[in-house]
Amino acid sequence: MKTILFIIHKEFKQIFRNKGMLPIIFVLPLIQLLILSNAASFEIQNIKFSYIDHDHSAASRELISKFQASKSFKIINQFNTKEEANLEMQKGNVDIILEIPTQFERNLIKDKTTTLSVSINAIDGASAGVENVYISQIIGTYNQKIQSQLLQYKDNSFVTPQNIITIPSFWYNNTLNYKTYMVPGILVLLVTMITLFLSSMNIVREKEIGTLEQINVTPIQKHQFIIGKLFPFWILGLVILTVGLIIAKLVFNVPMLGNLGLIYGFTAVYLLLILGMGLFISNHSDTQQQAMFISWFFMVIFILMSGLFTPIESMPQWAQNITLFNPIRYFVEIVRMVMLKGATFSDITTQFFIITTYAVVLNTLAVLSYKKVN
Amino acid sequence: MNQEKIITVNKLTKEFGSFTAVNNISFDVYKGEIFGFLGANGAGKTTAMKMLIGISKPTSGNAVVAGFDVKTQAEMVKKSIGYMSQKFSMYDDLTIKENITFFGGIYGLSRAQIKEKTAQLIQDLNLEDVADKLVGALPLGWKQKLSFSVALLHEPKIVFLDEPTGGVDPITRRQFWEMIYAEAHKGTTLFVTTHYMDEAEYCDRVSIMVEGKIEALDSPKNLKQKYNVNSMNDVFLKLARNIE
Repeated sequence: MKTILFIIHKEFKQIFRNKGMLPIIFVLPLIQLLILSNAASFEIQNIKFSYIDHDHSAASRELISKFQASKSFKIINQFNTKEEANLEMQKGNVDIILEIPTQFERNLIKDKTTTLSVSINAIDGASAGVENVYISQIIGTYNQKIQSQLLQYKDNSFVTPQNIITIPSFWYNNTLNYKTYMVPGILVLLVTMITLFLSSMNIVREKEIGTLEQINVTPIQKHQFIIGKLFPFWILGLVILTVGLIIAKLVFNVPMLGNLGLIYGFTAVYLLLILGMGLFISNHSDTQQQAMFISWFFMVIFILMSGLFTPIESMPQWAQNITLFNPIRYFVEIVRMVMLKGATFSDITTQFFIITTYAVVLNTLAVLSYKKVN
Repeated sequence: MNQEKIITVNKLTKEFGSFTAVNNISFDVYKGEIFGFLGANGAGKTTAMKMLIGISKPTSGNAVVAGFDVKTQAEMVKKSIGYMSQKFSMYDDLTIKENITFFGGIYGLSRAQIKEKTAQLIQDLNLEDVADKLVGALPLGWKQKLSFSVALLHEPKIVFLDEPTGGVDPITRRQFWEMIYAEAHKGTTLFVTTHYMDEAEYCDRVSIMVEGKIEALDSPKNLKQKYNVNSMNDVFLKLARNIE
């Protein structure tokens, strides 16, 4: 125990003495949290909308005014011909072209039906999908309104149109605030990144400068050395989490419905998993660069397959199977469940069990792969 | 001279794939002697030494160091020995005092012992002015003297020195050897590798390794007689040339 304290003491000294590393550890993650949480939104705004109105009628003007009223759309231009509009879309100046045919109003009144043409720039498929939904909604509302008007004009009676209106209600994040959704996830990524990178570069660094050989010649025991080495990063991980949670509350006003202790308890175990992984990488690398590249390799896979940016449910089955091995996936799930939904321990036992097992396995592998004798 | 054996090496061999770095070597080292372990670059000195200090497993053969088998009791061996590698291996970003505290601590010294040893060491090496300076800023000669002293912190029975004076100026080398003599005088056994043949002359006995084998082992005086030359330098050249 005493030996471990000597190592911990030395590690902390080295961390705080390294003027280059300190800001990387403490300042960068927080800047990232502030920037990414504001930037990483799936909401689409300022859609560059243009239209070609061949009809110039009251009905067509009303439809366009609906788009004007929407916060999501920004009317860029009005074109006279489709060719002109297409050219602008090619240049990337417009995202949407709504073409209102001649006789639009007439057909509506006469036949009670008409057609509209909408072209969407789908270079970014995901945005195009969302834009399509927005447009359909606006046209749908317009349609309902026009229907009821037409019915009243025609029959001059007070038949209430039978409309079915769906009112979606979003649970746990009822204002659909993307920050509420993204901040806990990004916080998880930062905690993971910092601890994984630092721990994976730590032992290999001693290998590089030659001090590891000196350590291996001492009677120090493997577990003493490893605990002493990793404990400081475990503490650092919890500190980063704390600062991140404070920012989440103060800056982004993310609710904390569940038990804070549960988040810390889970993070404590989760960090052991990440540190074990870092140690394993460190033991198998000869240089810090190598350790860094391997860590990045895993990190990128973990981030993209965490369910944070793309829903796991929409991945192909084989990819979904891979995400089962992704620790970030569980951490993101837990943090969101506890913070936004107020989950209790009984709700997260499965994830807790998986993470604990994972941590035990990785740390065993890491300890076994650290050899004082070769 | 004391004839009590403190290191017994028996048919020790280390192979890396098809390459035999250390080929079936056997020798004894006596308690309290300064044992010079010579050889050209790549002759297998460092590999042999790493097996003796318990950080490299022998392919075959065995060695007993300070009464413990290097294969099965490596951790016991490590308690009884000190080691100074050819690469400076203290923490450049810690001060002299912090390095001493750390290494003392992992050898299991108490806080009180560490305090006492630190004061003694700093006084002996005249490091009072720089005791709180980072080790990285020290000149090489000082670093080497410091590493040697740190290797002695836990009062080991044997100290292994791997090219301790490489790149050090003649005055510091001289001082370094005075420290080695003082330590041997206390009864510590010193196992030294070096490329400086004048240093070989200071050893009680010298072994010369050539291509993984020990070609000669005796006192410098006897070796010079045997090969009919005037200096250890010539002994070394003769042995190394035979190979070519």
